[in-house]
Amino acid sequence: MHDPRLRVIVAMSGGVDSSVAAALLVEEGHEVIGVTMKLHHGEGGRQFGGCCTFEDVEDARRVARVLGIPHYVVNLIEAFERAVVDDFVSEYGRGRTPNPCIRCNQHVKFDVLMRRAQELEAEHIATGHYARISRDGTTGQYRLLRGVDESKDQSYVLYMMNQEQLARTLMPLGWREKADTRTLARRLGMDIADKPDSQEICFVEHDDYARFVLSRNPSLSRPGDIVDSAGNRLGQHRGVVHYTIGQRHGLGLAMPHPVYVTSIDAATNTLTVGPAEELLADGLVVADLHWVSGSAPGPGSDLEVKIRYNAAAVPARIAEVGTESATAHFQDPQRAVTPGQAAVFYRGEEVLGGGTIEASVCLS
Amino acid sequence: MFWGDDCMRPSRQIYMDHAATTPVHPAVVEAMRPYFADRFGNPSSLHLFGREAKDTLETAREKVAALIGATPGEIVFTSGGTESDNFALVGAARANERRGRHVVTSVIEHHAVLETCVFLEELGFNVTRVPVDRDGFVDPDDVERALRPDTVLVSIMASNNEIGTLEPVAEIGVRLKERSIPFHCDAVQSAGAVSVNVEEMNADLLSLSAHKLYGPKGVGALYIRRGTRMKPLLHGGEQERARRAGTENLPGIVGFGVACEVARGDLTQTSHYVGQLRDRLIDGLTAAVEAVALNGHRTQRLPGNVNVSIKGCEGESLVLNLDLVGVAASTGSACSSGSLSPSHVLKALGLPQELEQSAIRLTLGRTNTEEEVDAVLEELPRIVSRLRSLGHHA
Repeated sequence: MHDPRLRVIVAMSGGVDSSVAAALLVEEGHEVIGVTMKLHHGEGGRQFGGCCTFEDVEDARRVARVLGIPHYVVNLIEAFERAVVDDFVSEYGRGRTPNPCIRCNQHVKFDVLMRRAQELEAEHIATGHYARISRDGTTGQYRLLRGVDESKDQSYVLYMMNQEQLARTLMPLGWREKADTRTLARRLGMDIADKPDSQEICFVEHDDYARFVLSRNPSLSRPGDIVDSAGNRLGQHRGVVHYTIGQRHGLGLAMPHPVYVTSIDAATNTLTVGPAEELLADGLVVADLHWVSGSAPGPGSDLEVKIRYNAAAVPARIAEVGTESATAHFQDPQRAVTPGQAAVFYRGEEVLGGGTIEASVCLS
Repeated sequence: MFWGDDCMRPSRQIYMDHAATTPVHPAVVEAMRPYFADRFGNPSSLHLFGREAKDTLETAREKVAALIGATPGEIVFTSGGTESDNFALVGAARANERRGRHVVTSVIEHHAVLETCVFLEELGFNVTRVPVDRDGFVDPDDVERALRPDTVLVSIMASNNEIGTLEPVAEIGVRLKERSIPFHCDAVQSAGAVSVNVEEMNADLLSLSAHKLYGPKGVGALYIRRGTRMKPLLHGGEQERARRAGTENLPGIVGFGVACEVARGDLTQTSHYVGQLRDRLIDGLTAAVEAVALNGHRTQRLPGNVNVSIKGCEGESLVLNLDLVGVAASTGSACSSGSLSPSHVLKALGLPQELEQSAIRLTLGRTNTEEEVDAVLEELPRIVSRLRSLGHHA
């Protein structure tokens, strides 16, 4: 990065990644301000694991002190509630499985926070994401690329970033391996160098998302039928919120062979299960499309697609693409295509964009 | 270990958050000094160290009492305004439990009162929270209407820390006296800023905090009118006539005493001086910036308090921007993780949400100058202009 001195707001969660991102930018000579976003109250006033607890804010504050940069905590609770939490609850209500981190990035981090940064005369924000943003020398277009550390690549949750957001974002860690980040943190004397990564949804205690959703929408715990693909009733489920596509355990069925949840119909409050073969799909339909460059790849394009955060990208071809939705076919059938999750398309190391999975496609 | 260049620290710092805390007066610092390493005795000890400490303690007590028109025996030292509020509410409620379990307060009290009321509810008490009008005034009639045969305590603040409104506590006190209902008044923001007199207010309990009147942090007092039934909050020793256990914070108390003495000595002049600065700031702002609304009453407000809603701006953003240019302000409600929470006081005024979210609070004190007010009158309009042009909250 050879930019002149920039004022940059670094989103600091108190974790090692965002801390080292801040340190790298300070080292490069930018005017860095650390900001921790307060996104939720914790539940019942109690703070818990996940992210941005009192301890995390303290960790971020200490790192900022070591780096000699100002640190603020900004209250984005309302925006987060509207954009992330409400969406989370309503998606489960539709029998879908949401990815709240994507909504947070889309509507809070790279939207509200970015505007706040502008209000503080910072034209850029920075995060500790393992992804790379590069600028095409000829066209001036911004490109979003996978992080070089394949095991930590976080480009999947960033697919909905647009050109303006990419232009205003720095991601210093994308060129590094995670192991290097911790080493660097240790060398800088940061006591958070060995702090474990947050694995949970930040606003749900103990990852008990079902309890959280039910506290907002109790009607989702109505028992209903579990059926097979022919419609035969096999048993009863505890409420659609407790299940996700591909789930095998906790169905309460005594079956001679393993069965998995193959679809969830919130309207009829029905869960469909079937053997592993019925979990396979030949393709998917994606809606709420977003393309990083601003234009869609043409039909017939051979790309790779990731259908969830910790799935590998697999070869796929765009069958058709419109403004509202697109259909893609996998080269090999894929398991557990889950409505509500994001489908992100890659061309090599580049993220082209993607959307929210509406349905799976079976071609036979 | 610092290795950033810290050059973002502005060259000049203007402090306008006196409602949060105040700088300790130089006379207070001097007065406290001997009591750390020289005259460090425990006032409860029998030996010379203790006896001299006890004398010092009682001298300080006289000074605090004098500020509010009380007798020294009616002053109990605490660790600050929060403890005083907790002590007043829990102590009086539990002491009168057999007579009744109803408490009346207002919606705009400080969190130390409001949260303690929630605690009382957990103990089985009922709490009525009287509303306020658009300027934040509590209506004595509303308080009276809320009273029940089982009401054992009323708590209404003398002035509000966020919007500065001076409450009609004297009138409320008179009515409660007629009914023999104990009256607690949180005077944390009023003491040292305006006249506070427990006889005029007919207060039975009154909370004070040293660090709001140019004294040190960590010390305050609860005035308990002779004859008021109370149960202690802190158990353990017999200090403060067995009303509040714990070795007295003598350096802090000495400082508190001197701060009260200083305040009493020049209350009228200081009040006038700060009030003029406040008016200069309010008038200057409304002249320089369009669509600025003052929150609270224009004249019935604390001499240092300026709370305004600035259309098209986010309060938190204004505060951070001011901080980056060296001006310390607030939106009135700091939350524990260091961010700013929406103000329950502004909400209680019934303001439309955009006025709530665009509010900032500047509170002036005796060390501010006209030059500082003018500097803020330069910076703030510039910040507002820039934020408005971004159009994020149009």
